[in-house]
Amino acid sequence: MSTRIRDTLVVPLLAIGLALIVGAVIMVLSSPLIDGSFDVRIPFQAYAALIKGSLGTPEQWVDGNFNAIVQTLVETAPLLLAGLAVGLGFKGGLFNIGAQGQFLLAGLAAAFVGGLLASSSPFVAVPAALLAGLLVGAAWGFIPGALKAFTGAHEVVTTIMLNYIAVFIIAYLITGPLRDPTASFARTISVGNASLPVLFGRNGHLGILIAALAVPAVWWLLYRSTLGFEIRAVGANPDAARYAGMHPKFLLILTMSLSGLLAGLAGGVQILGLTGYMPIGYSTSLGFDAIAVALLGRAHPVGILLAALLFGAMRAGAGQMQVDAHIPVQMIDLLQGIILFFLAAEVVLRKWFRIRSTGVGGVPAETTVTRSYGGQTSI
Amino acid sequence: MDVLYGIPVIGLAFQLVAYLIQVLPLIAPIIVVLACPIALGALCGFMNERSGVVNIGIEGMMLMSAFTGWVTAAMLIVIWPDQTPIAGAFGATPALIGGLIVAVATGMIVSLAHAWLSISVRADQIISGTIINIVAVGVTGYLNILISGQALSTAGSFKKWVPPAALTDLPYVGWLFEALFHQGPIVLTMLLSVVVLQVLLFRSRWGLRTRAVGEHPKAAETLGIDVIRLRYRNVILGGIFAGLAGAWFTLEYGNSFQSGMTNGRGFIALAALIFGRWTPLGAFGAALLFTTADAIGTAIRFQTPAGDLKELGALLSGIPTQFYSALPYLVTIIVLAGVVGRSIAPAAVGKPYERESVT
Amino acid sequence: MADPILPDIAPVSAPALEMRGITKRYPGVVANDHIDLTIRPGEIHALLGENGAGKSTLMNILYGLARPDEGEILLDGEQIHISGPTDAIHHGINMVHQHFMLIPVLTVAENILLGEETTRGRIFLDRREARQRIRDLGTRFGFDIDPDEKVGRLSVGWQQRVEILKALYRDARILVLDEPTAVLTPQETQEVFLVLRRLAQQGHSIVFISHKLYEVMEIADRITVIRRGKVVGERIPAQTDEDDLAELMVGREVQLTVPRGESHPAEVMLSVQDLVVKSDRGRVAVEGATFDVRAGEILGIAGVAGNGQDELVQAITGLRRPTSGSIRLGDRDVTMTGPRDLHEMGVAFVPADRHRFGVVLSWPITDNLVLTDYYAQPYSHHKVRNDTAIRARAVEAIEQFDIRTPGPDVTVGALSGGNQQKVVVAREFDRELSLLVLDQPTRGLDVGSVEFIHRQAIAKRDAGTAILLVSAELDEVMELSDRIAVMYRGKLVAFLDGRTAHKDEVGLLMATGGAQGPAPATAASAPGKPA
Repeated sequence: MSTRIRDTLVVPLLAIGLALIVGAVIMVLSSPLIDGSFDVRIPFQAYAALIKGSLGTPEQWVDGNFNAIVQTLVETAPLLLAGLAVGLGFKGGLFNIGAQGQFLLAGLAAAFVGGLLASSSPFVAVPAALLAGLLVGAAWGFIPGALKAFTGAHEVVTTIMLNYIAVFIIAYLITGPLRDPTASFARTISVGNASLPVLFGRNGHLGILIAALAVPAVWWLLYRSTLGFEIRAVGANPDAARYAGMHPKFLLILTMSLSGLLAGLAGGVQILGLTGYMPIGYSTSLGFDAIAVALLGRAHPVGILLAALLFGAMRAGAGQMQVDAHIPVQMIDLLQGIILFFLAAEVVLRKWFRIRSTGVGGVPAETTVTRSYGGQTSI
Repeated sequence: MDVLYGIPVIGLAFQLVAYLIQVLPLIAPIIVVLACPIALGALCGFMNERSGVVNIGIEGMMLMSAFTGWVTAAMLIVIWPDQTPIAGAFGATPALIGGLIVAVATGMIVSLAHAWLSISVRADQIISGTIINIVAVGVTGYLNILISGQALSTAGSFKKWVPPAALTDLPYVGWLFEALFHQGPIVLTMLLSVVVLQVLLFRSRWGLRTRAVGEHPKAAETLGIDVIRLRYRNVILGGIFAGLAGAWFTLEYGNSFQSGMTNGRGFIALAALIFGRWTPLGAFGAALLFTTADAIGTAIRFQTPAGDLKELGALLSGIPTQFYSALPYLVTIIVLAGVVGRSIAPAAVGKPYERESVT
Repeated sequence: MADPILPDIAPVSAPALEMRGITKRYPGVVANDHIDLTIRPGEIHALLGENGAGKSTLMNILYGLARPDEGEILLDGEQIHISGPTDAIHHGINMVHQHFMLIPVLTVAENILLGEETTRGRIFLDRREARQRIRDLGTRFGFDIDPDEKVGRLSVGWQQRVEILKALYRDARILVLDEPTAVLTPQETQEVFLVLRRLAQQGHSIVFISHKLYEVMEIADRITVIRRGKVVGERIPAQTDEDDLAELMVGREVQLTVPRGESHPAEVMLSVQDLVVKSDRGRVAVEGATFDVRAGEILGIAGVAGNGQDELVQAITGLRRPTSGSIRLGDRDVTMTGPRDLHEMGVAFVPADRHRFGVVLSWPITDNLVLTDYYAQPYSHHKVRNDTAIRARAVEAIEQFDIRTPGPDVTVGALSGGNQQKVVVAREFDRELSLLVLDQPTRGLDVGSVEFIHRQAIAKRDAGTAILLVSAELDEVMELSDRIAVMYRGKLVAFLDGRTAHKDEVGLLMATGGAQGPAPATAASAPGKPA
């Protein structure tokens, strides 16, 4: 392992370790609410259950039962795609908090098109439904991109507003024009043949493969293509990019649309791979989880892959944790937040644990998003 | 007047104006009530951004305060069953006051964390705010589930103060006094804070120093002003307003807690702050604008335009209710897109300050 | 040489301020190495040294903005501790920083009052009393100023006076001025000198930081020269000359000016006609500029910063659309041509703000060197990067342009200012050029880098490139230009021969645009009148 890789990994790993300790303290402190008295064994039970739920046990493996690992991969796939979406935005100097809305609207679009093609050949239905998802996601990303490019409205506020608007649009469509008249609750019709085929295990669907392929694709785009060079230039220094003959406004809109496209792909994969229809009030925290994934992965595709696997495993094991240790699954949200807190305090961690930085110092450019806040950007 | 209503398309606009004039006195109190968390959130943002710190964690601060305030009040009821109001006019029972204090303290503690990350650690301030939002969802969700097993009952909520009839019965403007002052203690505190902060910003020593630190911290430092300390103080004091906003949700407007109940008000507050050009009065005005959209949606359901205005009524009630629900968010985007270029932020906002100069 | 109005008290009186053995280390450098400095009452003491010699660090220590690792400070013979600007101000030490510490959106009174507020009831500002005190001070020192004017609307010369007023308002005994003339015209410089002499006469001690030899010779009673963090000599103007000071300052015999040689102007390369350009705020910033630059000559544009030079340069380099008029390059109309096409026509541009426009600080040297032609052969092929070619270019440029770096993958942000500018120069100069636009190409650089860049520019000129040089540093324009144009309030008010023009003449044109009478304080109106 080269020193550079070690240097990049050490702080995230430390943040994860510290978060697990803080999480354990919170579990102990809140244990009276769970079984009436303080119980220091709860964190151990909870973390053991997390591992069991996400990886399975050796006995299960001997029996050829890899359901836990498959479940981890199933949870990882949308996190990975949405994490890449947010990470790509970071590289282009944009903070896409709208992955949530892009994900949901794209899920609806995929469910709608999938429903229309429910009885066509899967070779037509699956690509068409996925395409609908990614196009709608891209469109929902295009809006804040264009708003920023042409009016300077900061994407942090506009994407959050668009998340809420997306929820109301979906509620209207699912209770109205797109409602399945035969269902007992408001939902779209089933996607039938547009469901993603299961490749392995109980529910290891095609979306896992798609997400895995997206990692090298995004890496290639960012670091090998000239377009990626331009996206990163605009992210690191939009003024210099303009001076160098690039078109920052166009690139900004493109980056935001591509980011929406990836989040949309996540939505399509999730709906077509798991539920098979879009229900009313589909509840997810994927948009926020994706931010955590992108930050923990330092906006680098490989880092995002590792972070998505970690969070995917935690999501997969959360149910087991609730059963074995009676810790609510919301503990996972909390852990993610605490990991991010320690990551943000990187400078302090380095000082406490005497970790030398080999870089120039300061915040990595790809996660500096405050720069254009308040409409001061000059592009 | 009704001659004008007949004109195609433009006539509808006249009908809309007539309808607004008709319902405004009725919906004005609800406009002010709903503007309260947005205006308080904007005051929190104001304290932060005027001294050079971006705070997009207001949403999370509100959510945590709403939760802790509610839990404290509910637990106090259990511990201390005798709940005779201390200040009768506001129905302020010890439980509610305890809840309010804890909510405000929560806002200040979370603000301290934000101050530490963005001032001392010099982390990216938008990311620091995002972390607060994520932690808020996690911690309130986690504890809410645990507490739901405890069967806590509600502690009720603050009552509205009744202004003297001499004010509210005044012709033409009485409804305005009614709307502004026939309110609970948190709304009244908000109104008072808006005015006080507006005056302090431009007339006081604190205001001058805060503006200086938000515009050019280095210049302030060379004149002996402790930039770091002033920023810490302002950010933490700003937490008071986020705490009050949280308490409004569970101790004044409602009396229970639901996950994610702040519903983006903290973010709308930021847009109000920008639209209001980083002044308290401006932000309050913007908050009123945002909630007017909300209130009209409600008004249409309860008092559909009829009679001369029936064409408008037919049009408005034909629009899906989800559209009205989405309206405040839509207005926020439109306002932001229209105003950002012309509203200039404090120059140093978002930039961490390093004390020791190297050159 | 000594000024006749100066009382000759300096040599006999006891020191007002002493700095002894001041040492300050930063990672990798010793900024101050056991520096001793003695300031006497009523003297103007110059601190001379080139950029990066450690002058500013020393004064930041005196003002409490940096902590010394070793050494002590004595005021009137007694040791004092300065742990922040408050302590310094309390001891009567004040500083006028090179980059003004003024807040543009606040008024003159608010800027002066800040930190030293008089209040009513401990909360509210007492503006009336402040206004009166500011007026009184202004009258006493020969300039009256409107306390309610926004500082952002004042000209640089008047902003300088606000800075001095700030110090006087705090009863400064010792006033430090860091490069106070960097942004002033020669006439404004003389006015500031007048104020400084008056202050010295009244018993204030003044520390005057500069790297301009002739200024130091003119204003100082004593000169301390600093090189690489050490005091290398002390002189009295009457007993030294500029060559001696230059050698002390740089450490070797230096040619202060690069010999520019004969120029051989050929055909017209850049032709600008009636150009009108608006600023971001929609104000007309360039008002009907008309000029030519020939291949093989340097046209220098002199002017006080903010007179439309930025907008002019941006219009010519394709970063800003002109409102009317035309720009021609050779025989092509390039009025509306963008940066990419101009680049391909052989136009190169060294921007004034290199951190903002010139480089991506967080990127390695390799990527910065291909920032403008990453998309072309051999650096990419079918929209895919060719890392081998990009790296080869970096290795070659580092060698050829003497960029001091551990390797090509080091981020540009880790390089010194001079080496950052060499990266820009390497990228922009290293090809056939038709037009080269240099905007403040040597701002903030050390003598060696300045010399290097000036030599490169003259070599380009001799190779037949048309060069447009824009600089607020009059010395640089005077030194390099074959012809000089003076820009004043968006107009080119005069064209002069670069070899025969006199500095005072150019300075007067910069300050007044050639009209009679003194320059008003602001661009829009004249709230304050010079005495």
